Amino acid sequence: MNRKTIPLSPYYRSLTRNMVLLVIMISFTPMLLVTVITLDRFSASHHEKVYAHLGELVLKHKQNIDSFLVEKLQNIRFLADTIDFDQCGHQNMIEGHLARLQRAYGPVFVDLGVVNEQGQQVAYTGPFRLEEALYSDADWFKRAIESRYFTSDVFLGLRGAPHFIISARKTCQDQKWIIRATIDFVEFNRLVEKIRIGKTGFAYILNREGRFQTKPIFDFTPDLDIYNRYFSTLERMGKEVEIQERLDSYGVRSIYVSALLKGGDWLLVYKQASSDAFSDLRNAQTIAIVFFLLGGVAIVAMAIWMSGKMVRRIATSDQEKEIMNEQVIETGKLASVGELAAGIAHEINNPVAIMVEEAGWLQDLMEDGAYKSDADIKEFERALDQIRTQGKRCKEITHKLLSFARKTDSRIEDFEVGHLIEELVALSAQRAKYSNVELITRLEPKLPAISASQSELQQVFLNLINNALDAMDKTGGTLEISAKQEEGQIVIDVSDNGPGIPRANLARIFDPFFTTKPVGSGTGLGLSICYGIIHKMGGEITVKSTVDVGTTFGIRVPAKTDEAVENKAVSATDTCN
Amino acid sequence: MHNFRVLVVDDETDFLETLVKRLNKRMLDAKGVESGEAAVDLLKREVFDVVVLDVKMPGGMDGIETLREIKHIQPLAEVLLLTGHASVETSIEGMKLGAFDYLLKPMKFDDLLMKMAHAFEKKSSHDKKIRDAKIHELTRYPSRVFDDE
Repeated sequence: MNRKTIPLSPYYRSLTRNMVLLVIMISFTPMLLVTVITLDRFSASHHEKVYAHLGELVLKHKQNIDSFLVEKLQNIRFLADTIDFDQCGHQNMIEGHLARLQRAYGPVFVDLGVVNEQGQQVAYTGPFRLEEALYSDADWFKRAIESRYFTSDVFLGLRGAPHFIISARKTCQDQKWIIRATIDFVEFNRLVEKIRIGKTGFAYILNREGRFQTKPIFDFTPDLDIYNRYFSTLERMGKEVEIQERLDSYGVRSIYVSALLKGGDWLLVYKQASSDAFSDLRNAQTIAIVFFLLGGVAIVAMAIWMSGKMVRRIATSDQEKEIMNEQVIETGKLASVGELAAGIAHEINNPVAIMVEEAGWLQDLMEDGAYKSDADIKEFERALDQIRTQGKRCKEITHKLLSFARKTDSRIEDFEVGHLIEELVALSAQRAKYSNVELITRLEPKLPAISASQSELQQVFLNLINNALDAMDKTGGTLEISAKQEEGQIVIDVSDNGPGIPRANLARIFDPFFTTKPVGSGTGLGLSICYGIIHKMGGEITVKSTVDVGTTFGIRVPAKTDEAVENKAVSATDTCN
Repeated sequence: MHNFRVLVVDDETDFLETLVKRLNKRMLDAKGVESGEAAVDLLKREVFDVVVLDVKMPGGMDGIETLREIKHIQPLAEVLLLTGHASVETSIEGMKLGAFDYLLKPMKFDDLLMKMAHAFEKKSSHDKKIRDAKIHELTRYPSRVFDDE
């Protein structure tokens, strides 16, 4: 629990950040791709569907309106064919026809009139008072008199209300007559008015002059250029329906679906705001984005939480590893000391054996009782001297051992490495002597100090020396230890001319628990501990070996820089003053 | 105790000298040499009953090699090994090669004397068996007296 409150070091913080970024990137990329691709495909197919639907709708209504117009025209043609123009002048007659038309086709036909060549309406029936009306100047009349059948644009006319006229021409008694009917605008408008989809979808009809032929639900001024373009596009392409999406005069993106009516005179236009037409798509997009954002938030939260948790765990296990390492180093130290002890024991045994023998010799002499003569006394003195000499020898050995054993703490100090090497070489000298190994040290004088734990570095060299002595135990040889300064680093080489290390083992030599010694003899930890210690100091340890030629372990450790030493000297003098 | 010939091989001169002195005082015919090579040389020239050999010697031949040579030159000579605690394994190897026994250094002088006596007894009985066999053979085939050995 306590551990959780410890703030993490920058290394772990950057580790956390990297993990979070990686997780977010890996999670977001597919999510983003899937969402974008799906939305894009869906949008494309939805557009297609909406276009097809609107196109179909407009086409159907175009046919509807066209057939309405054709049907009305045919009604009038039929009437014109059957009517007897001799009787045209008679009001009653016209009334009868209108009544019949209205009975047959509903109240679509508002009125009915007969106009002569001069534009004089000779007969009229309907709700307006248009008997005797003169149409000779009216546009529709001029065109109606030219063609057999005619459907006019919507206009206000004499009655002052929007309407349009369907007329048929007939020649009778060398006179051209026109029979005309007015179509109920409200009725016609309804045909277009009922085309309503969504909130903004509506339809209207324009003529070639860009004037409304129906009353649009939303009032606006049509732009003639644009509609002329529709006319020409539809005519040129021979298409029945043209669909376009563009900004309207209010700047709202809209879909325009247009179709020609009345043989190209009119244009049926259906307009709907894109946002309205694609509202389903918009909804789907909104939902997708909401889920994307929610998912994103969840991913980010998850990534931060999980990375934090994992890094904590890594930090904990690193800490445990650190403790473990320290324990392993301690164990390794005991093992190497044990190996050293074998050599030391023999070294101590020899003087002790001499002392024991000398003491025994003195005893022998005393037992004989022959200690009065000068010669005997000389022999006594010699033996006692010998015992003293050997006792001193023992003392020296124990001192060496003690100075080694005293450096047990792993405190970091600044010290010169040469002295430490000399000490270890002295300790190993006896073992080397019995293995027929010549120990040579080549230490550059005045090496800069290094900052390390003496006891740990001792262990490194002891391990390397022990290994070399083990390797040359049978054959003998030379073991050379050199130390020199190179580019601000201390370079220490421990080289032997023993049997060498086979190439296959060379790569694994620093692995923990890798050993070529028989079970029970070696832990396989020695070199891995050396590796750990040197790396902890910010140095490196390498090995070069050739079978039957020898092995060299190279150690490079950073030297304390001169500045650091000087600073130290300055601060030392300061304190002295 | 019978008088017999002893060769002590040890690299520590002081130890060697004192030991030889003490052995001579016990009426044994003892000689000391400081290396395996010297021991081998001497054994080629003189006959010894018991050899006391330090197994750990620096330079040149070590104890085991010397033992092999001794057993080659004088197979009947009994060898006592002197060893430190750390080299008991070497002593075991030595005994497999025909050494009589081993002693941990520093040893009690009496133990050394006792083991030397045992070794000499063994050697003597061995010698006697060989002598008896020869006598038996000569009584059967007296003419073999003139054969070269």
